[in-house]
Amino acid sequence: MTHPVDPEWPLYEIFVRGRRGLNHVHVGSLHAADDEMAVRNARDVYTRRNEGVSIWAVRADAIAASSPDEKDPFFAPAADKVYRHPTFHRVPDDVPHM
Amino acid sequence: MTDEARVAEFEATIARHDRIEPRDWMPEAYRATVVRQVAQHAHSEVIGMQPEGAWITRAPSLRRKATLLAKVQDEAGHGLYLYSACETLGVSRAQLTEKLIEGRQKYSSIFNYPTLSFADVGTIGWLVDGAAICNQVPLCRTSYGPYGRAMIRICKEESFHQRQGFELLLTMMRGTDEQRAMVQESVDRFWWPALMMFGPPDAESPNTAQSMAWGIKRDTNDELRQKFVDMTVPQAERLGVTLPDPDLRWNAERGHHDFGQPDWDEFATVVRGGGPCNAQRIDHRRRAHEDGAWVRTAASAFAARQREEVAS
Repeated sequence: MTHPVDPEWPLYEIFVRGRRGLNHVHVGSLHAADDEMAVRNARDVYTRRNEGVSIWAVRADAIAASSPDEKDPFFAPAADKVYRHPTFHRVPDDVPHM
Repeated sequence: MTDEARVAEFEATIARHDRIEPRDWMPEAYRATVVRQVAQHAHSEVIGMQPEGAWITRAPSLRRKATLLAKVQDEAGHGLYLYSACETLGVSRAQLTEKLIEGRQKYSSIFNYPTLSFADVGTIGWLVDGAAICNQVPLCRTSYGPYGRAMIRICKEESFHQRQGFELLLTMMRGTDEQRAMVQESVDRFWWPALMMFGPPDAESPNTAQSMAWGIKRDTNDELRQKFVDMTVPQAERLGVTLPDPDLRWNAERGHHDFGQPDWDEFATVVRGGGPCNAQRIDHRRRAHEDGAWVRTAASAFAARQREEVAS
């Protein structure tokens, strides 16, 4: 016996703010019929033990991402700009508060 | 990039114990192995709701009932974390559900055993979730990123599952002779199936070597089984129950317990579908899926109408 596969609810990516003062952080994903259901289900799935004070639910197909590969030349320009880091700039040890 | 360069990059990522992320290139066999393992794991969480769920309406107190409800709800959540991890590899949850109810993907053999008394709720928490923790803690470092992240969330919650089980059994052991006998009878039934949860002996586990080379698995079946036995023996002593294995004894030379082998023929039978509850578990899951179809359709229709109203 075969079963008809349901048309799938869209995929949402879920972000939770752990407490005031912190960024929302990606915690996982879920399917929901609409935005409201996504937020409610995210509460039940991802904050059953006080893990958060705020939830963002974002449709996965609305996310713009850098590229299909997570280690490609897109990020290469940062590699040769060491002067952007504080330790590149030499300051004598006896200069205080720096 | 050439295929050779892609393979080299994948191998290098694995070699430095870094994680593979969803959009990285990966060998097809790696993808298939992760899908198989994570799907089987997800199905186990979902089917695993049934043996204990059967006792929710018959829990002996409000406290035990609330705890059991919370635990079964956690299992549903664990299933969802894992289905989500699996979906990052391009399989849909609907496809996975279909494969489960058509018997084309497996779940842990332990859930094909019945829960005959309320003591089984405690024994499942203590032994079955205890074995699951042994299996799952090393998987937090598995090479596939989304799987590892799901395991971290799951492990945090499993600790509650194991402790509530042990506490339940300890409470019964402080009760009447009948209650102590119930605990012993339950432990007698679940001990060997719990040991089977780690899978066949290493010599007969064809996938282990490749899975370890890829960092999907971190320990062999026999290593994990030994660890579980060593952890559990002192807990059994504290509880005051006997583990039903005449060969179980401390081996000072090895620094580990020696123990007997489970009945691997029984294991094979249960995996092939011949366990006490295989048909019942799948029937129940199929019924729940089919009975829920109208809810999924109604929610989709409601969402579509809301969008139309906003648009007009």
